[in-house]
Amino acid sequence: MVTAEAVAATVTDPELPMLTLADLGVLRSVSEEDGRVVVAITPTYTGCPAMDTMRDDLEHALVSAGYPDVEIRTQLTPAWSSDWISSAGRQKLAAAGIAPPGAAPLRSGPIPLTLSAPVSRVSCPLCGSPDTEEQSRFGATACKALRRCRSCLEPFEHVKEI
Amino acid sequence: MSFDNVYESLTEENDARWAFGTGFEDPLSGVDTSVPSGVDGAALAAYCLMLGDDALVFSHRLQEWCTNAPELEDEVAIANIALDLLGQARLLLARAGKADGSDRSEDSFAFQRAENEFRNVRLAELGGGHFGHLIARLFVFSTWRLALLQRLVSSVDPVLAAIADKGVKEVTYHRDYAAQWLVRLGDGTPLSHERMQEGLDAVWPYVGELFRTHPLELVDAASLRPEFDAVLDQALAAATLVLPTAGELAGVSGRTGRDGVHTESFGFLLAELQSVARAMPDAKW
Repeated sequence: MVTAEAVAATVTDPELPMLTLADLGVLRSVSEEDGRVVVAITPTYTGCPAMDTMRDDLEHALVSAGYPDVEIRTQLTPAWSSDWISSAGRQKLAAAGIAPPGAAPLRSGPIPLTLSAPVSRVSCPLCGSPDTEEQSRFGATACKALRRCRSCLEPFEHVKEI
Repeated sequence: MSFDNVYESLTEENDARWAFGTGFEDPLSGVDTSVPSGVDGAALAAYCLMLGDDALVFSHRLQEWCTNAPELEDEVAIANIALDLLGQARLLLARAGKADGSDRSEDSFAFQRAENEFRNVRLAELGGGHFGHLIARLFVFSTWRLALLQRLVSSVDPVLAAIADKGVKEVTYHRDYAAQWLVRLGDGTPLSHERMQEGLDAVWPYVGELFRTHPLELVDAASLRPEFDAVLDQALAAATLVLPTAGELAGVSGRTGRDGVHTESFGFLLAELQSVARAMPDAKW
């Protein structure tokens, strides 16, 4: 029988189906307590509407694999960071045309206000050019921004650093 | 397949046709919601309601901009900000229901309270106006809320601290978005400058209330003012806008939003927000 952890690790994200929840860093732990499988997940964004689907998908996968007693717990601390996306996850994102995030900003003291777009460190996932610009900090899902490549002129999505 | 009413057909067992299903789970499911020793659960609940109502009501006003924003990108941005705030509201209202021991649900708080039971600041409920008004409200609201959430990261309540920690990351993006528009409009054409200044002037009478310390608040709101002022000075200078001088809008016998005293437009907002829940009290979503 496949371990519960291995089963949970195969479940993919509903919005970024090329990534597993483990790649994304949303899957925090899988443990067994008295025959019950306890899975802890952390939301990427507070209002992420995909959380319920993630729960259902995890439960369905585990029940189908022979673990009838499953409990999915929300774990709020520590808050999810884009730094938790695994290196395999980053490669999968880039292969799907989505630029992976850079390092999340470190916080200490009052957060400075950014009045201009930060210097771009995001390369185009399609042609590799480093010459890209931010078009909107908010994209089709809470976790992505919209960018455009100045070399190949293609628009692309970028997972935001948080 | 036949149903007694349209809502029944929407909430049938097999909801696979909906992108995210129709069943909303308790957002605090699996989280330890016991009240830490030494903390007054009722006061904690009251405070979570204040912050939750700010987010819920302002989110609703932002949602009104769907199909009304100047560009598609801004439509998406405003909707995303509204979604973040709605998520914060869900957690905070759910936290309130656990902290006061009533186990009252987020939906019950959102849909089954009367106008004078809402504890949001009046700034959050302001509607209408043009894009300059929206940006002014969003900038002031996010600047204040970011400073507040940063204080709450070290709250004695671990649940509130966790909600705040997440919220800080989100509201940082909201504030940057609003500030960049503030500068673009303020330092733009004579017309855009005039509209941005109008927006700022219109929101100003509601700013004083944000920093008035309420006996039930866990964070001394007045202590946030220097940080707020510094951020405003920086953004207004870049935007060539002037700090408004209008005085604070009085409440009723000193009572304002935090005491359940609201502006006239709030009743209309609630009527819309609660219309489905009131018409169909047993509806599920």
